Amino acid sequence: MTTLARQPEADRAELGSEQTDGAAASGCACTHCGLPVPLGLIEAGRDEQFCCAGCASVYEVIHGCGLDAYYRLRDQADAPRQPANTSFADRLSVFDSEKFAELYVTTRDDGLCAVDLMLENVHCAACVWLIEKLPRVVGGVVDARLSLRESTVRVVWDPQTTELSSVARALGTLGYPPHPARSGTQSVQLNEQRTMLIRLGIAGALAGNTMLLAFALYAGLFGGMERQFSELFRWASAVLGVLSLTWPGRVFFQGAWAALRTRTPHLDVPIALALGVGGLAGVVNVVLGRGEIYFDSLTVLVFLLLVGRFIQYRQQRRADASVGLLFSLTPSNCRRVMPVREGAAAAETIEQVPIEAAEVGDVLEVRAGELIPADGVVTSGRAMVAASLLTGESQPVAVQAGDRVCAGSQVSSSTLRLRVSAVGEETRVGRLMELVQQGVADKPTIVALTDRIAGWFVVVVSSLALMVFAGWSVFDLGAAVDHTVALLIIACPCALGLATPLTLAVAIGRAARRDILIKSGAVLDRLAKPGRLLIDKTGTMTRGAMRVESWFGDPAMRSWVVAAESEATHPIARAIASWGESEGISPASRSQLGEVVTHASGVEATTPAGLMRIGSKPFILSSGCVIEQRFSQQAEQWAERACTTVYVAFDDRVVASLAVGDALHPETRASLERLSSWGWEVTMLTGDEPTVAHRVAEAVGLDRSAVRAGVTPEQKLAAASDRYDQRAIVMVGDGVNDAAALASADVGVSVSGGAEASMAAADVYLARPGLSGLVELIGDARRSRGVIYQNLGVSLSYNAVAIGLAAAGLVTPLVAAILMPLSSAAVLGLAMKGQCLPGWGLMKRIEKQRKAS
Amino acid sequence: MSVLFIVLPLAFVLAAAGVWAFWWAVRGGQYDDLDTPPYRAMFDDES
Repeated sequence: MTTLARQPEADRAELGSEQTDGAAASGCACTHCGLPVPLGLIEAGRDEQFCCAGCASVYEVIHGCGLDAYYRLRDQADAPRQPANTSFADRLSVFDSEKFAELYVTTRDDGLCAVDLMLENVHCAACVWLIEKLPRVVGGVVDARLSLRESTVRVVWDPQTTELSSVARALGTLGYPPHPARSGTQSVQLNEQRTMLIRLGIAGALAGNTMLLAFALYAGLFGGMERQFSELFRWASAVLGVLSLTWPGRVFFQGAWAALRTRTPHLDVPIALALGVGGLAGVVNVVLGRGEIYFDSLTVLVFLLLVGRFIQYRQQRRADASVGLLFSLTPSNCRRVMPVREGAAAAETIEQVPIEAAEVGDVLEVRAGELIPADGVVTSGRAMVAASLLTGESQPVAVQAGDRVCAGSQVSSSTLRLRVSAVGEETRVGRLMELVQQGVADKPTIVALTDRIAGWFVVVVSSLALMVFAGWSVFDLGAAVDHTVALLIIACPCALGLATPLTLAVAIGRAARRDILIKSGAVLDRLAKPGRLLIDKTGTMTRGAMRVESWFGDPAMRSWVVAAESEATHPIARAIASWGESEGISPASRSQLGEVVTHASGVEATTPAGLMRIGSKPFILSSGCVIEQRFSQQAEQWAERACTTVYVAFDDRVVASLAVGDALHPETRASLERLSSWGWEVTMLTGDEPTVAHRVAEAVGLDRSAVRAGVTPEQKLAAASDRYDQRAIVMVGDGVNDAAALASADVGVSVSGGAEASMAAADVYLARPGLSGLVELIGDARRSRGVIYQNLGVSLSYNAVAIGLAAAGLVTPLVAAILMPLSSAAVLGLAMKGQCLPGWGLMKRIEKQRKAS
Repeated sequence: MSVLFIVLPLAFVLAAAGVWAFWWAVRGGQYDDLDTPPYRAMFDDES
């Protein structure tokens, strides 16, 4: 999980370092987070200084509980730092509600309660230390155990002495806002992993012991051995071998049976064939007391193949867990307004309830910045609502009483109240999610390269076996059986079964370290060959939010502009206001600014420098202002970058202009060029208007014919499942409106900053904004395909040699026992070649840091 | 050499005991989280 959590922090850390430069003059860093302390907050003569009240209170808790060692550990671990976040305090009461207890809390026999909470911002050893010291921070907490990978803490507390909300508050105050761990599949996965591990252990023990017996037998081959002992060893080998094949080795027979029934080629088929024939022949030979037994090779085969599968499983689970955390971060609660009658006066209370408790007809309150939890009709309030995740429209729309709003849209300016008309699965988002599930079900299963080869493998090997049997039976029937069995065993594609998962696991691991999460290795196979690429515009090619890109004109005017726009609620005004904040432009004092009048497409305000007008070209022109040529030229340039120009005029003359837009990611054009040079056919899909779409297409060098604008989620789904040729369809998107298409495309790629639903539906999640991750992903896929082909070559030529030897009757159990691990080792070496292990990467990083410092 | 008839089954029993111990440890959850415990070991015990 750490890779994902790191992303926003990395940005913040960068921000932090920039600010540190700026504050070098004041020379004072916050004791808690290390960010510079504003001059006004510096308290003279104190060792501890804080950049905000939040950091001060966190420090107070940590220091007050005698946990100062946290800072030392954190510095050692070189963890990213961030200021305290105390904004979640208003949703604490939900932790004490009955519904919450019913859903997530388990009461133990001894009267204590236990709950699993997912925490944000968990990264390193210092976090483990601090969180597990929770019993010292909150009285009544008995135990807290953190799992670093899952970012979950299991808290055991005494309900008699403390409430869960106090625990949640403490965790939040320490900088780890808690969320209920909603993934019900977690315990299922845990059980699956345990079962696999036990199977692996048993297979290992059986293989080791059978090898010991085989060594004794081989020694007897050369040195001679009394018949009674060799019989004992043979029988013992048979017992262990049969145990290994029927217990841990059962999975291969089950897999082969399932593959035969569904008539899909699978690598399990040739494996099961070799294991079955070898085991059977071995048992027969042991009972008859003559001939060869191969149990040492067979048990090692089972063990190695299981190792390969286990590695693959762990890699995938890691990616799943990372996406699972994000999924759990969707709002799990809402504010319900309850009328209360006290005497004659009607009052009301607002209570926090889990989202599952809201019903049709309830009135909910949604505040600025929150997601709307259910479909409904606005009863009071006016606000801008952004539905870009749902519909793909980039502009927020204004709603007022009587308007319908959809669950999943974001309220961006003020508080709304709405009467619920649909909840859960009945909402528009819910129905879209149903489409997603259908999409997943309808998706053609990816038949991995090795499985496709396995189909041919079975045919070729069995016909060769038949030929060998027929050839030898002319001379000697007994020898014919022996040689055929030897051929079938030695032709088992062990190397293939081990190397492919390992190659893919290494590729998935490498990708994860670069913030690309791949849920299934088979996806890489699909991405290695060029196909059709459908890319949603908003959030993937562009940043997905309005922001100020540049300023043209007199910088002195900026403070007036920021001051005036801070008064307005239009999305462009908000973009300008937040630009002012991030650029450190201090707004002009409010008292100098006259009344700010907001028009439909601009604002007007009186300043000491004259009457200021800020707005679009029509607004500026209609109020009689003159736009000089240099400003119109600049506007043309900006239009090429898909930005809109906002003009600033003082007393009828334009003096400055700003570029505002959902700007392109800088690397989009280069990424698309690279992808088309690899042979991918790129199509841009967007719910936005054609004019905007064409402008963006032009800016990124896409042909007009490759643009489909104004498409609905349903049309996207149709485009992603329209398989008119053999090429793979890859869908890239970020919103709920893309989710169904992501699920039904051959490969769905979800991009950072997107909706949780799209992450759940996609096969790959790029935790980095922009398309550069996609280019790397496809590059990785091509590289691992190359490695897999090399492995195939090695493994198949080994098989050719081995089959030749077996056909000539030269393969004895000893030859098999030497040849099989040799081929596996060769293939493993290739799989790991040039790809560093996780620990290795860490070492290199540490070394780099050391050199830099 | 006929001691082998006793030693071999004994070796199997020992191996079985090892497998059982492994089974017990996995079932008990000792292998569930392999990332956090290495960090825990670094913390000094407090007085």
